[in-house]
Amino acid sequence: MYSRAYRAAITLPPLFWVALFLLLPYALLFCYSFWSVSPFQTIVHSWTLNNYRELFRVNVYLQTLFRSMWIAARVTIFSLLLGYPLAYYLSFAAGAKKDFLYQLVIIPLWVSYLVRAYAWKTILGSDGVLNTLLQYVHLTTHPLNFLLYSPFAVVLTLTHIYTPFAFLPIYASLEHIPRNLIEASHDLGASPLQTFWRVILPLSIPGVLAGATFAFVLSLGDFLAPLLLGGPSGIMISNIVVSLFGAAYNWPLGAAISFGMLVLVVGLLFLSEKLEKKWSFR
Amino acid sequence: MGRHLAGSGESVSLSLFVSANTMASVTQPGVTPGTVRATACLLSIRNIAKSFGRMPVLRNISLDIAEGEFLTILGESGSGKTTLLRIIGGFETADSGEILMSGERLDPLPPYRRRVNTVFQHYALFPHLTVAENVGYGLRVAKLSKREIASRVEQALAMVKMAAYAGSKPSKISGGQQQRVALARALVNRPRLLLLDEPLSALDANLRRQMQVELKSLQREVGISFVFVTHDQDEAMVMADRIALLRLGELEQVASPREIYSRPATAYTAQFIGHTNLLRGEVKGGIVRCHSLSWHVDLPDGPVLFSLRPENIRFSAGPLGSNAVHVRARLRTRIFHGATELLQAECADGLVLSLRTASYEDRHVDLDLEFAPGDAIPVRESDELKKRN
Repeated sequence: MYSRAYRAAITLPPLFWVALFLLLPYALLFCYSFWSVSPFQTIVHSWTLNNYRELFRVNVYLQTLFRSMWIAARVTIFSLLLGYPLAYYLSFAAGAKKDFLYQLVIIPLWVSYLVRAYAWKTILGSDGVLNTLLQYVHLTTHPLNFLLYSPFAVVLTLTHIYTPFAFLPIYASLEHIPRNLIEASHDLGASPLQTFWRVILPLSIPGVLAGATFAFVLSLGDFLAPLLLGGPSGIMISNIVVSLFGAAYNWPLGAAISFGMLVLVVGLLFLSEKLEKKWSFR
Repeated sequence: MGRHLAGSGESVSLSLFVSANTMASVTQPGVTPGTVRATACLLSIRNIAKSFGRMPVLRNISLDIAEGEFLTILGESGSGKTTLLRIIGGFETADSGEILMSGERLDPLPPYRRRVNTVFQHYALFPHLTVAENVGYGLRVAKLSKREIASRVEQALAMVKMAAYAGSKPSKISGGQQQRVALARALVNRPRLLLLDEPLSALDANLRRQMQVELKSLQREVGISFVFVTHDQDEAMVMADRIALLRLGELEQVASPREIYSRPATAYTAQFIGHTNLLRGEVKGGIVRCHSLSWHVDLPDGPVLFSLRPENIRFSAGPLGSNAVHVRARLRTRIFHGATELLQAECADGLVLSLRTASYEDRHVDLDLEFAPGDAIPVRESDELKKRN
């Protein structure tokens, strides 16, 4: 066994770190959400539930939250639809190219998020690559405006950015399926398609759940893509939080929304963990 | 799908499997090793060869398997025995050669179209399905009615004494129980041929011996041909109707356990199956000379190699002059095995012999031994050169 001093020496620094940079800010956030702003733009340190009432009273907050969830849901579905076949191909069919293709999926993660979001701006904009091409081949006469500054652009960009996050856990779960189970399924008369439905898919559910959670939670809280590509109709909940903490100078309300989001996300993580446990058999 | 016998729902209770009368085709010892009578032949493996990269794993294997036969493919690791089994199951394709089942080509079919089922080495039970769902998997895939699936699964589980665990997940039952479930899962489909890939290797010794007996009697009961792969020669001896001994991708000998033990064809067979003394000698004019020993043989002149089993050497009782070969030797070591004892004795000329006796109580160091010339079986040299190629 390790000595007490040694255990303290290795556990205290990370605990201190977590306390200082995570727990303390969350606690502050929690306090702020019960305070208010005076007409003179100072924080009033008296406890009130007004911020939370405001959340449900003003339509725009809930509307934006639902829109954010709807965008996140679409991103999740598209990320899974792209990530699952890719993971399946890499795990079962790619053979010697597997490691190389895996790196190709990972490499985009090294490129700054901002650069990837801007790339879509130059592709989708009215003078962008796509519109220029469409007009050049005379499919359209005017630039298509719905491409940029719309929920469509946000979903597209976020799907592009978060597909690797959906792919990775799915790939890991597929790699963990013992190959003799697939042989056993074939041996018992199941065709490749039947084997997929009856063996491979059920055993990869934990990976799918983890991937879906990543894609949903990360895109739900995203604010750069809607800021750069969303336009007025593509605003998401985090943009509101950003403006409340910035120009609007209403930290208490911003804190209340943030805390609500936190509860929502923690609830989702908890649920997904439960489901993953239910679907893992080892 | 026509893969599984439909079996009318009403007659299910009559018998789960085809009756065992196909067992009649016991192979004749000494006659045509490697082949059986054409009428009883279920599976015919013809000139199968397989390489992994530049490594030849199987070379020109030809082997027939009879209806209802228990054939054991025996070999050391790397002998190609699992590869041969996987080729029969359809999980590997042979580079050349063909496999016929009842006269029809089997080798072009994918595994899921073969009426062959496999018990995998590590059982390969589906972890997300219960024991009953595992057993019913093949029937569900074949789209049988729910009622028929339920009744056949129930019978199959009863057959392997696992009915009490129908609702358990595989992770909740022991290795021996998983083994039984894997067996039921394969047999419930009524395959024509069951392949078993070292199915007992993960079990401890006692359970293993028990399962050997159970598996053998189960096979007699259901009358399905079994191809059983193992590296354990005792297991092969206990269970098989015939043993196909594989060495470096080639069949060394195919014969019944009794035959392969008492008349090994090669030095390798003699050493691998049981314990033996290899005696190297020279034949000249019908008399073999081996160290200081000599006896009459009916062999052409030239060098010769004999296998002499330890239990065929006995203490000399009768007077000199009988046709037994007499040996005088000094006792070197004794290894106690319970019922028997293995002695090593050295002759004056340096020849060391192993002999097996009932527990040896005497304290004599000088031994008077003899063996019958007929017990010294001439064997072929096993070509050592092929090993490194």
